[in-house]
Amino acid sequence: MTAVTPAPPSTASAPAPADSAPPSRSGGRSRLRAAVGFAFGAALLFAVAPLALSDFRLALLAKYLCVAMVAVGIGIAWGRGGMLTLGQGVFFGLGGYAMAMHLKLADAGPGGMPDFMQLYGQLDELPVWWRPFASPWFALPATVLLPMAFAFGLGSLVFRRRVRGAYFAILSQALAAALVILLIGQQGTTGGTNGLTDIQGFFGYDLDDPVNQRTVYFIIAGVLLALLALARQLIHSRYGELLVAVRDSEERVRFLGYDPASVKLVAYVVAAGMAGLAGALFVPAVGIISPALIGIVPSIEFVIGVAVGGRATLLGPVLGAVAVAWARTALSERFPGTWTYLQGLLFVVVVAFLPGGLAALWALARRRDVGEEQSRRGWSALGRRRAERAEVPTA
Amino acid sequence: MTVLFGQLCTGISIGAVLLLIALGLALTFGQMNVINMAHGEFIMAGAYTTYVLQQSITGAGLSLLVALPVAFVVAGTMGVLLEILLIRRLYARPLDTLLVTWGVSLMLQQLARDIFGSPNVQTRAPDLLTGNVAVPGGLTVANNRLFILALALAAVVALTLALRLTPLGRRIRAVVQNRDLAAVSGIPTARVDRATFFLGSGLAGLAGVALTLLGPIGPTMGTNLIIDAFLVVVVGGIGQLKGSVIVAFALGILQATGEYLTTLSVAKVIVFVAIVAFLQWRPQGLFTLRTRSLA
Repeated sequence: MTAVTPAPPSTASAPAPADSAPPSRSGGRSRLRAAVGFAFGAALLFAVAPLALSDFRLALLAKYLCVAMVAVGIGIAWGRGGMLTLGQGVFFGLGGYAMAMHLKLADAGPGGMPDFMQLYGQLDELPVWWRPFASPWFALPATVLLPMAFAFGLGSLVFRRRVRGAYFAILSQALAAALVILLIGQQGTTGGTNGLTDIQGFFGYDLDDPVNQRTVYFIIAGVLLALLALARQLIHSRYGELLVAVRDSEERVRFLGYDPASVKLVAYVVAAGMAGLAGALFVPAVGIISPALIGIVPSIEFVIGVAVGGRATLLGPVLGAVAVAWARTALSERFPGTWTYLQGLLFVVVVAFLPGGLAALWALARRRDVGEEQSRRGWSALGRRRAERAEVPTA
Repeated sequence: MTVLFGQLCTGISIGAVLLLIALGLALTFGQMNVINMAHGEFIMAGAYTTYVLQQSITGAGLSLLVALPVAFVVAGTMGVLLEILLIRRLYARPLDTLLVTWGVSLMLQQLARDIFGSPNVQTRAPDLLTGNVAVPGGLTVANNRLFILALALAAVVALTLALRLTPLGRRIRAVVQNRDLAAVSGIPTARVDRATFFLGSGLAGLAGVALTLLGPIGPTMGTNLIIDAFLVVVVGGIGQLKGSVIVAFALGILQATGEYLTTLSVAKVIVFVAIVAFLQWRPQGLFTLRTRSLA
């Protein structure tokens, strides 16, 4: 049913769609709408933000946009595919460490070694697994391909055996814990708790120079827009329909002759790739990657932004991630304790009482014709209605 | 041989801690299929209860004995509150429960920080539990480790008996096996859920008391424990206790052996890989409860 007929995506059962989730993959109007939105976003990121913000704030925004990239991936894997992945920090970290290793080696010069190795490891020569990262032709693709390969390996094991739901969430979280413990334990070759710090140059450009920092921001903004375009195409493809169908009723999709494991695997691997890319760009933007940035807590913090913005929409995760990250900086500067309470409260209120996120409110404000009950529960963005409608033919 | 026996002892002692922290989870997760991330903070509450009691009761041994029931009730009450206020509304959405309870755990951690301060605090162990006993093979085992092992086993036995023999236990088992059928048979499932949550959270409080014997108490102690505890339950299979018991000791021994042969960090990774491999073989855990409900 859902997989065969091009039913509209979950958010768009009603004729007038919200911007955040254009309705059908065929409508010319929605494509136009998306193009206009895209142009608007580009103008905002490339023209307004650099003019309006100071260098310091722009660097912060660059950091938030990296988090937003991870959020786009989580939106696909969790919002669209129903896989609550609490270990995106692992992929973020793999990408980040791959990039940081290359930049450290580039800083050290040919034949040199990163400073911390003599300090902690008393190593005389570079460990074997560091060596390939000296070449940008290896390191740059690795920032994306390494997380994807890792996600592919784990995902194909786990999804095929139908480990899902809470089991998958716990497993993905344990993965983050294991990676962090491993990184900290191998201090001599990974920098331990400190991580890889003090990165000076980015392919020959000095990162302390504000002009180059600005360039890094532009790269990040461009990549984010590209990822959003990619995500939109994915969501509105046949595959996107299938992914939502798997989320809503995995068994039915299986009975229709599809393999849900492969469907989920693709979304998981794409999300991992996006997180890897985000990690790789985070390093030049912030100048550090460390276990504290990729462990259990940051991994679950990636999820909160997605939940706040609206997990099943395209733009919701991005806006939510940026908003939460911004609120965090703004509040924790002044009231460190309050922020933790507020963050906990955000989790509770948004997830328990507004599972569609702010996007659901937005959609509600625009559509008065939504059924009473759905509007009250904020379910419209979650495709529950789809699931219910799907019951009708079988009944 | 001595080395082997030594590793076995270390493993069992790690396993006993794992068992104690996972036991309550096995109950709540098994019963309601609800992931309670705040379970770790209930452990923390039990530990801080011991600390507070030691401020007023001077004898370390006596305060420990008093702390066991008090911590059980404190943590159990927190669990029931959580169940009534939030979890009850979210039974249909287990993944969302996970995130909501994570939010609760963040707030509880901050609360602990505000009340007791960020630095870790320490309790005094009773003299009786500070020494070692010699075991055959020329080894010594710390008394507090033995105490935790005894406490864990006692908790398992008591819980098993309660589930087997008491009316409440019978109802809990019925709800775990088939919630709908239990409900139509006249079992007040909502009340049973609340009682289960009290028991499960109370066990977390007990675990907290035991952990004060092993190390300092801090606001973030729960976070470090919770994942290990969940892994035990997931691998053991939900709906019954014996899987968790076996897996807790198995993981403890694996961890100890891995630590001996390599390093602590590598051992953690070995355990993780072993768990993923195990779930390939038995995706539903070691023991699965066979029911006719379509889960």
